[in-house]
Amino acid sequence: MLLQRFLIRLLTMAITLFGVAVVVFVVIRVAPGDPIAMMLPPGATDADIARLRALYGLDKTIVEQFFIWLSGVVRGDFGTSISLRQDVLGLVFNRLPATLELAITALLMALAIGGTTAILGARERGTAVEAGIDIASGAALSIPDFLWGLVLILLFGVMVPVFDISGRVSPQLDLPFVTQFYLFESIARLRFDLTKDLLGHMLMPAVALALPLAAIISQLLKQSLKEVLDLDYVVLARVKGFSETQVILREALKNAALPTLTLVGVQFTFLIGGTVIVERLFSYEGLGNMAIDAVINRDLPLIQGIVLVFALLFVLINLTVDMMYALLNPRLRHG
Amino acid sequence: MDDSRISRHGSGARLWLAGGWLLLALLAAIFAPLVAPQDPLAQDLMFERLPPFWMSGAEPGFWLGTDSLGRDLLSRLIFGARIAFVVAFAAALAACLVGSTLGLIAGYFGGWADRIISRIVDVWMAFPPVLFAILLVAVLGTGLSSVIIAIAVIDWTRFCRVIRAETMGQARMDYVENARIAGYGRIGIMLREVLPNVVPSIVALLSLEMGIAVIVEAILSFVNLSISTDDPTWGGIIAEGRLSIHQAWWVLVFPLVTLILTVLSFSQFGEGLKARFDPVLR
Repeated sequence: MLLQRFLIRLLTMAITLFGVAVVVFVVIRVAPGDPIAMMLPPGATDADIARLRALYGLDKTIVEQFFIWLSGVVRGDFGTSISLRQDVLGLVFNRLPATLELAITALLMALAIGGTTAILGARERGTAVEAGIDIASGAALSIPDFLWGLVLILLFGVMVPVFDISGRVSPQLDLPFVTQFYLFESIARLRFDLTKDLLGHMLMPAVALALPLAAIISQLLKQSLKEVLDLDYVVLARVKGFSETQVILREALKNAALPTLTLVGVQFTFLIGGTVIVERLFSYEGLGNMAIDAVINRDLPLIQGIVLVFALLFVLINLTVDMMYALLNPRLRHG
Repeated sequence: MDDSRISRHGSGARLWLAGGWLLLALLAAIFAPLVAPQDPLAQDLMFERLPPFWMSGAEPGFWLGTDSLGRDLLSRLIFGARIAFVVAFAAALAACLVGSTLGLIAGYFGGWADRIISRIVDVWMAFPPVLFAILLVAVLGTGLSSVIIAIAVIDWTRFCRVIRAETMGQARMDYVENARIAGYGRIGIMLREVLPNVVPSIVALLSLEMGIAVIVEAILSFVNLSISTDDPTWGGIIAEGRLSIHQAWWVLVFPLVTLILTVLSFSQFGEGLKARFDPVLR
């Protein structure tokens, strides 16, 4: 049952990724503007242009180009970036860790803020505390990450300049890292001075990304908690003499968390989508920032590669959540 | 349900506040040449980076100060509202038309229609939306219609997903069966019986989408890929403000506040309307 579900999901995942590849391939090839002409100095001859077009395979028909590209992708060859003249996959892997660290930090923040406010709101249900949480989460939800980013830049970058609002790490620092997972590696190497600098740069963009998701988690989890808190077994725990906080943490949370979990999966993909503009806003050297440059430079192989990597990330997250849900939900597990 | 009664009282006030701000901004946009105190494009290097009216060094007539080229900020915000509302209305309506139609078809007919439409939605959901928007505008070429098309092409799925789910719920109801027994055709039932019942959701989504469209336009302006003329846009002003943030904070603060109020108003207005028209909640 579980295996069958997994295989069906894997198949639809492959179809989705193929669809993404087709759409992005078609969209960027109807674009006016010749990326090759932009590479060459003015005064290049037609023969030069033709030679370079052939080098990048741009002289073939679009269907031929697609299958050449696709057969490369299947073998792990995403082509060569036109603007940076480097291997696309190498460039992507160079930037992806920065985006992943940012997105995961933001997700953890959202879970912490959303979870705490949900538990607090459920405990204080019907009071002014709950009303205050409702208003705050309503506002946090309606304002998108781009605007939160600007608000944070104003508040903590300009008015009270306590955080860095540009880049991933202070440029004057000597980095001993061998991987691109700077934050993770700085902790593993016990270089907490670097951890502090990295977090100082990451905090503002991560909060901007986390706030809307924290609001959704808070609202949904609080709703589920309130429903569960009226059930018999919870009432029984209360009768046994547990405090309301203990009742929530030990009895209610386990059962109320499942609907929130499914939602967090989809919302986490939205959060990763948000990194594109938030990275730009904070000049954070991640994948999204590079993607915008790739579009501006009409770097077709790089755009294709980045979009496909984002898509792969999204379907993998959805698959993981789907499987976790199936494993955790007793009705599906035994069904 | 006591909760819904409380939120219904709250929704009245929210509806009026949000509607009031949107009406004010809309009127300012329509009558921009009459209400703007200055020419939004007029540069005056004698008046560069003037602060807002309550600060020392302000000049009369430049209420919210000027930017680094000496252009009046208030007038630029008022004229920027024109682009914002055109994009909001046109893009949201186009996305709504495409998304709701496909959602109705997928939800009501099911089967192959549903499978194909749902698969396309899956593909669309696997794109990072902001990157998709930037890519589309880069491909279509900058300009007002490109921005509108890009937003509609990306955000129709928002309508499709919700309307599909709601239509599936409605299609199982007794009244649909009754209409079928009474001899109505499938398309007739879909349009005359099911559609009116999903309209409250469409209206709420439409208002929400207008707010999203305003933000997407601002993001596109911010990366310098929007309408690309001299006409002021809120996102364009924000991009300028981000650059001169340490010299003239007001160039960032005022458009940011305008944008936040507008986005909040669109979402609250939609929620308020839904609460008012939804027969279940009422």
